[in-house]
Amino acid sequence: MKDRFNLYKYASPATFYPLAGALIPYFAAVAVVFGLAGLYLGMLVAPTDFQQGEGYRIIFIHVPASWMSMFIYLVMAFWAAIGLAFNTRLSGMMAQALAPTGALMAFLSLWTGALWGKPMWGAWWVWDARLTSELILLFLYIGYMALTAAIDDAKRADKAGGLLLLVGVVNIPIIYFSVKWWNTLHQGSSVNLTKSSMAETMLWGMLLMAMCFWMYSIAVAFMRVRTIMLERERHTDWVKTILAGGEK
Amino acid sequence: MIHWNSFADFLHMGGYGFYVWGSFGATALIMLVEPIVVARNRKATIARLKRQMRAELNAHSRAENRNTAE
Repeated sequence: MKDRFNLYKYASPATFYPLAGALIPYFAAVAVVFGLAGLYLGMLVAPTDFQQGEGYRIIFIHVPASWMSMFIYLVMAFWAAIGLAFNTRLSGMMAQALAPTGALMAFLSLWTGALWGKPMWGAWWVWDARLTSELILLFLYIGYMALTAAIDDAKRADKAGGLLLLVGVVNIPIIYFSVKWWNTLHQGSSVNLTKSSMAETMLWGMLLMAMCFWMYSIAVAFMRVRTIMLERERHTDWVKTILAGGEK
Repeated sequence: MIHWNSFADFLHMGGYGFYVWGSFGATALIMLVEPIVVARNRKATIARLKRQMRAELNAHSRAENRNTAE
């Protein structure tokens, strides 16, 4: 019985803190490897697009950043639901650790989208369904961060922030399906399960870059969650032991 | 295998250089700066928590000394 795998053990900050610390270098290293491979395929090997020339290469960061901006929000909403339902300590810390990275991904999605839209559509920005819903996603991230930062008590901050995250999750399918539901200037999805509209090297370059962004996000979120854990659990014995042990 | 004829060709990006490098540059900048900011924040937090812990310990031992003196 004593060796049985116990999920609750890993949900405790005292166990998760060293685990996350040990995993960060691996996630960072894998992110670099995927990134270099993706850049090699996407920027050096992949052919010219027959419609968009070399300008299409923005896709290798635009799509991964957009995917991550939506995925990170879903993960935060998942933690918010767990936190509100089971009152677990770790969930609020995870959501807080992910928010800035999610906001940066949403920003990068909009920034690279503007730089792509200008040469292809002739406009940096249009009030189109896809673009507008992504902008709302950025505002949801900023709103979450501002709301939780404004409430001193961590438990109440988690509750209020968690509610905002759960209400805002309706925006994610709107972003995702916007190119199907409405007539928009934004092109349709480049990848789906049955067929892809891209050359093989383009597709692999994009998927490798997506993996790089994914691993990067995990590494940075783990770095951030460890600091949040020390801060929030500063009155517990495990944090005092770590601090007395000369943690750097 | 390599798509480009020269490095200048690569930088020029078929006339889309500004847009392509503007995108990749902003991404590279963010992915370099974000971990640095997070790491510095962590160092500052740990230093502050250590100071607070020492201050609490000192206050505690002073209170104990006072009690024994009485």
